[in-house]
Amino acid sequence: MIGQYLSLIGLEKHFGSVRAVTTLSLEIGAGEFVSLVGPSGSGKTTALNMIAGFEEPSAGKIVIGGRDLTHVTPNRRGIGMVFQKYALFPHMTVQQNIAFPLRMRGQSNKTRIATRVDEMLELVQLSSYGERYPQQLSGGQQQRVALARALAFEPPVLLMDEPLGALDKKLREAMQFEIKRLQERLGATVVYVTHDQDEALTMSDRVAVMAGGELKQFGTPTELYRHPNSAFVADFIGRMNFIEGNCIENAGGTAMVRLSDDTVLSIRAQGLPARPSAGQSIKLAIRPERVRVARRGEGGSGCLAAVVQTCVFVGSVHILVVRLECRPDVLLQIQLPAEGGQPFRERDTVDLLLDDGAIHLFADTERHAA
Amino acid sequence: MSGPSEVPQPAFPRQRRSSAASARFYSRGVSVCLAAPLVVALAIGFVYPVTRLVGLSFEGGSLEQYRRLVAEPLYLGVLASTVKVAVVVTIASLLLGFPVAYLMARLRHGIAMVVAACVFIPLWTSVLVRSYAWVVLLQRNGIVNTLLADAGITDGPMKLIYTQGAVIVAMTHVLMPFMILPIYSTLRTLPPDYNRAARNLGAGAFRAFISITLPLSLPGVFAGSVLCFVLALGFYITPALVGGPGSMLMATLIGQQTTVLLDWPFAAALSTVLLTVTLIFVFLFRKTLSLSKGLHSVH
Repeated sequence: MIGQYLSLIGLEKHFGSVRAVTTLSLEIGAGEFVSLVGPSGSGKTTALNMIAGFEEPSAGKIVIGGRDLTHVTPNRRGIGMVFQKYALFPHMTVQQNIAFPLRMRGQSNKTRIATRVDEMLELVQLSSYGERYPQQLSGGQQQRVALARALAFEPPVLLMDEPLGALDKKLREAMQFEIKRLQERLGATVVYVTHDQDEALTMSDRVAVMAGGELKQFGTPTELYRHPNSAFVADFIGRMNFIEGNCIENAGGTAMVRLSDDTVLSIRAQGLPARPSAGQSIKLAIRPERVRVARRGEGGSGCLAAVVQTCVFVGSVHILVVRLECRPDVLLQIQLPAEGGQPFRERDTVDLLLDDGAIHLFADTERHAA
Repeated sequence: MSGPSEVPQPAFPRQRRSSAASARFYSRGVSVCLAAPLVVALAIGFVYPVTRLVGLSFEGGSLEQYRRLVAEPLYLGVLASTVKVAVVVTIASLLLGFPVAYLMARLRHGIAMVVAACVFIPLWTSVLVRSYAWVVLLQRNGIVNTLLADAGITDGPMKLIYTQGAVIVAMTHVLMPFMILPIYSTLRTLPPDYNRAARNLGAGAFRAFISITLPLSLPGVFAGSVLCFVLALGFYITPALVGGPGSMLMATLIGQQTTVLLDWPFAAALSTVLLTVTLIFVFLFRKTLSLSKGLHSVH
């Protein structure tokens, strides 16, 4: 295994009065694949640049495998990096590109370099392309060369800055598996920056969600999906429906939430980090696949009445958009299993049963990206 | 280097720019109409006179003028020193201009504008003015001599002006922007990621420059060198003002033949030789450029 552990300890970066990153602390294990996700301007790229050494942190420490690298120049950090636009040197062949980091490390034995280059080319399945120039390769091939170049010197940590951003969807998915395969095979520690949350969920052992320079939540993809700690994370990871309401009572693990003048929901809310107190305005959140739908009158007690706005078939599921009768301003998106015919039609009246265990309540103080 | 090649590789696709990209947008007729005024102007103002000039040098179908040119060592000497001055000026411009271009490409926008202005303003100033400035600086009782004498470095005024050295210094100054601008525009188009990637892969700042930035800036260096060199070969005003009779260049010699001695056929022969030499050098430069591996695809 080539990977080593990486600790970011209270990392900060200020550009003048702008705080690009505030007190970022992450412990990333050896051989772990961690994604930094967030909307643009969330500080994820700045964080990556600090790890690579392109930006000097305003405060905090960067430690890799026990070595404090905070003030070490980029060329002495030994960290591999894959850039969004590949950054392959256009005046060098594929072989020369991969040999570059080896030569820079004082390796002068030509046969050894050539052997290593061939190994790397084989690893990324481009053995017959060594003599070509980067611009003679397709985008996906170039990215594989960039990967081979970044891994050629067995870096303890590999940084990837939106490496698949320039590729089309099909190729991107194929490359995701390719990268994951290589990472697991080599046991590389990877810090992967992306704004694509699907990509982060697919590839990562753990995901760090960032916004406005702050770390919002750090956990496994399942944790983030099932137990988001804020409305922001809930909204950013996967699809989420939100209904604003008022908490009128919260005791004994049951919360009473008023959605409108004559509608009060009783919810056994699951372990919330900031349990809303009575009188607080809150956001009720539920995933599209956790809402059950029945015809009007068949839902039993505790249902919300709604009217179907649209029902579309998208292959794997039916997507239903409904408008709450008690709150005509709220549209909910619901996913239903795709088997069977069209389950509902426009203007059908339905009962919605919210799965208690799947409801999240968030205090409605923070802004969240729509 | 071992390159396993089970897959047949296509011949290296040379990116020839035979027709401009805009050719796809305009019909042939429009293109011809747009180009016509310039073609006519060139035909009247350039092709015709040059043809007449070359014709004039072979007056009466004889090679008399060229025989005279070759027989007299003075003339070949002038040609040699012209080429020498042009080479020295080009190299000096490159050595002094590259750092400036590099700085301009690296600086933050605001400061880069100031540096760019320092490069551009001399370019917009008349060559005559700039050359006279050197006369003021370098003359017998000029600023440089006064300073040197006052500082006690020299005993009396040195002969600075009307020497080949003065010509080289002044021409370098005048031609420097033509070196800086192409290099700057090449450096400017280099993504900063190249340098970052090199640093990340273990190259120190200097090695990153030598192995990445410098080779990738070569197209600009070549363009600037060709511009400087060709302009230097035919430069007239500056050598005429700062150069003395002992440091005559082709252009000043031709000027003397036409305006003072009124020997037009011989001046025409000299011009033809200068033109030919210039074209040969341009051709050689282009050859070198197209031979340097990988560079044709940088842009």
